[in-house]
Amino acid sequence: MSEIVTETSNNGIQNFEPIVRYQKVSKSFGDTEVIKELDLDVAPAEKIGIIGPSGSGKTTLIRMLMTLEKPTSGTIEVDGELLWHKRVNGNLVPADEKHLRKVRSKVGMIFQQFNLFPHMTMLRNVTEAPIHVLGLSREEAEERAITMLEKVGLKDKLDQYPRQLSGGQQQRVAIARALVMNPKIMLFDEVTSALDPELVEEVLAVIKEIALEGNMTMLLVTHEMQFAREIADRIVFINGGTIIEQGPPEEIFENPKHERTQNFLRRFNKKN
Amino acid sequence: MWDWEFTISILPLLLEGLKITLIATFLAFGFAVVVGLLLAIASRSSVKILSLPVKAFIEFVRSTPLLAQLFFIFYVFPKFGLVLTPLVAGVLGLGLHYSTYLSEVYRSGIDSIPRGQWEAAKALNFSKARTWISIIIPQAVPPIIPVMGNYLIGMFKDTPLLSAITLVEVLQTAKIIGAQSFRYLEPITMVGVIFLILSYVSSLGVRWLELRLNQR
Amino acid sequence: MPFLLKGVVVTIELTVMAAILAFIMAFIAGFARLSKFAIVRGITQIYVEIFRGTSLLVQLFWVYFVLPFFGIELSAMMTGVLVLGLNYGAYASEVIRSSILAIPKGQTEAGIALNMSPSLIMKRIILPQAMLIMLPPLGNYLIELIKSTALVSLITLHDLMFCGTMINNVTMRTIEVYSLVLIIYFLLAYPLTLAIRRLEKRLSAGRL
Ligand SMILES: Nc1ncnc2c1ncn2[C@@H]1O[C@H](COP(=O)(O)OP(=O)(O)O)[C@@H](O)[C@H]1O
Ligand SMILES: [Mg+2]
Repeated sequence: MSEIVTETSNNGIQNFEPIVRYQKVSKSFGDTEVIKELDLDVAPAEKIGIIGPSGSGKTTLIRMLMTLEKPTSGTIEVDGELLWHKRVNGNLVPADEKHLRKVRSKVGMIFQQFNLFPHMTMLRNVTEAPIHVLGLSREEAEERAITMLEKVGLKDKLDQYPRQLSGGQQQRVAIARALVMNPKIMLFDEVTSALDPELVEEVLAVIKEIALEGNMTMLLVTHEMQFAREIADRIVFINGGTIIEQGPPEEIFENPKHERTQNFLRRFNKKN
Repeated sequence: MWDWEFTISILPLLLEGLKITLIATFLAFGFAVVVGLLLAIASRSSVKILSLPVKAFIEFVRSTPLLAQLFFIFYVFPKFGLVLTPLVAGVLGLGLHYSTYLSEVYRSGIDSIPRGQWEAAKALNFSKARTWISIIIPQAVPPIIPVMGNYLIGMFKDTPLLSAITLVEVLQTAKIIGAQSFRYLEPITMVGVIFLILSYVSSLGVRWLELRLNQR
Repeated sequence: MPFLLKGVVVTIELTVMAAILAFIMAFIAGFARLSKFAIVRGITQIYVEIFRGTSLLVQLFWVYFVLPFFGIELSAMMTGVLVLGLNYGAYASEVIRSSILAIPKGQTEAGIALNMSPSLIMKRIILPQAMLIMLPPLGNYLIELIKSTALVSLITLHDLMFCGTMINNVTMRTIEVYSLVLIIYFLLAYPLTLAIRRLEKRLSAGRL
């Protein structure tokens, strides 16, 4: 294990108050441990590209932050608050649904398969949560929704249903739907993997635009290396449920220190 | 309240009735398996004069109550000189009713056979009958066996209706015992228990069959 | 003939009331079988197995002839509504359960990612989609239910079947009476069959 490059020495950014902090987080499905005592600090507004071979635990890592998977052990903090635990008289106790909902209001997620609501129009897909979760009026929610749909370039598709749209358009609606909730942290899980090649670019362009606005913290699991290199402040390479190497994109892509990172990138480049 | 001695004393009578129930069930099932297949084949025929009436018959039988059909067979057929015993009328009614359901099951099995199989049979110059017997049926039937098992259980649970046309099966036996002894509690409850046990065990059997077929 | 029509009214009344009870029971039992509490699931399973495992007519007889033994005397109509409702509720609970399970997990996860509460996710995301899946099989059960109401004539409810038999006993015009009974049942059930088929086609075409 000594060969693994430790986190702080190679961080792009240092001495920050993290907005997300994984501490000794492990996750098992049955007998197989897919995340192993993983530590990761994310600075506010930082863009992190998470790369690694398939099955290495990337999805699981960010799903735990979205409260879709429960860590087997360890703690995750979001904006200074424990996510899966509450402190009662100095002891950590498992969080209840109310606490989870409070903390996860700061997090949003875009899925590989879009997961739009097929029985709702595009506009309703985007207004549903603002109205019923944030308690906005319909007018206000629609106003915000239309602003967001404009931002992703889809303001003329308001009354269409998901199945009437291309995959790229659907994914952009999914991005608008997440943005409208105004999360501080946004998670992207291989959001272009399910798209036809010619539709990838339009989705990446939207994400890039959000990234350039600057203030949103972003964790992006991706196989789009060029894209990751352009927008990420830091690249995290995961293999076998642990962080093998991390650092600024130039360093990881040009000059990976760890053998497994080198192998992964070499194989990856050959494939493409 | 519950009289065990009475329960045990009526058990042989109930089992006698159960025998009739089971005989009726299996006879009707055998009838339905054969007629259902014939209906399925006929309704697929390209000869409209055959397929249309068969389809209409299936629709009609499926949209009317078994009980009404049983009365029709038992009381109307004799008017045309066809006097049937309760068992024969019951088997005929139950079997015919379920044959329309089974024809649907066969249809789904037949539809799931790839077109290439029909074409291959044609290429080998098989006759129509030969194609059905050697190619289609052997492939269509195994996957639908569990569904047919479920229909067998369904028929078993419908045989008490035959009591309405005076067949003394298990429920009718219980009713007679009840009328004579003024105790309905034990006989009818026992009939319920018998049905519960038999259909539960057979549904486990069907599930086992399903698993085995899926493994292959 | 007017007598027969009275029977038709009773048959329809029985169908409607039993269908409402069955629908309610199916929902309660369907959700209970998805409960995270093993006891709730267990009790529901027992309810479902009892009603599916014993014969409908046996259940009718049991309620009609045995319950008075415990001091509970129900009219034929009440018995019919209760037994048919509970019986079809047990069968249809499986439809409710499986339709809810058929909605992809991603839908729930999208709801969670939008910070929706579990009840909101169920009400606005899962159920509207599950309903579409449920409709055709529930419609088929409704047709089976209409046909099953004829059994209640055997515990003397004056429904269509019963009135038919009565008229036959008086007039002896067996052929006409029983043919007419069959045709009326067909007229009650078949339009529903056609409606469900249309619905199914539209649903599988992805419209609605
Ligand atoms: N719900 C689950 N149940 C069991 N195993 C799972 C589950 N989700 C993921 N895994 C396993 O965990 C490992 C990591 O999965 P994942 O986080 O999806 O990897 P990645 O996103 O890097 O491809 C894989 O081996 C996968 O099979
Ligand atoms: Mg993944």
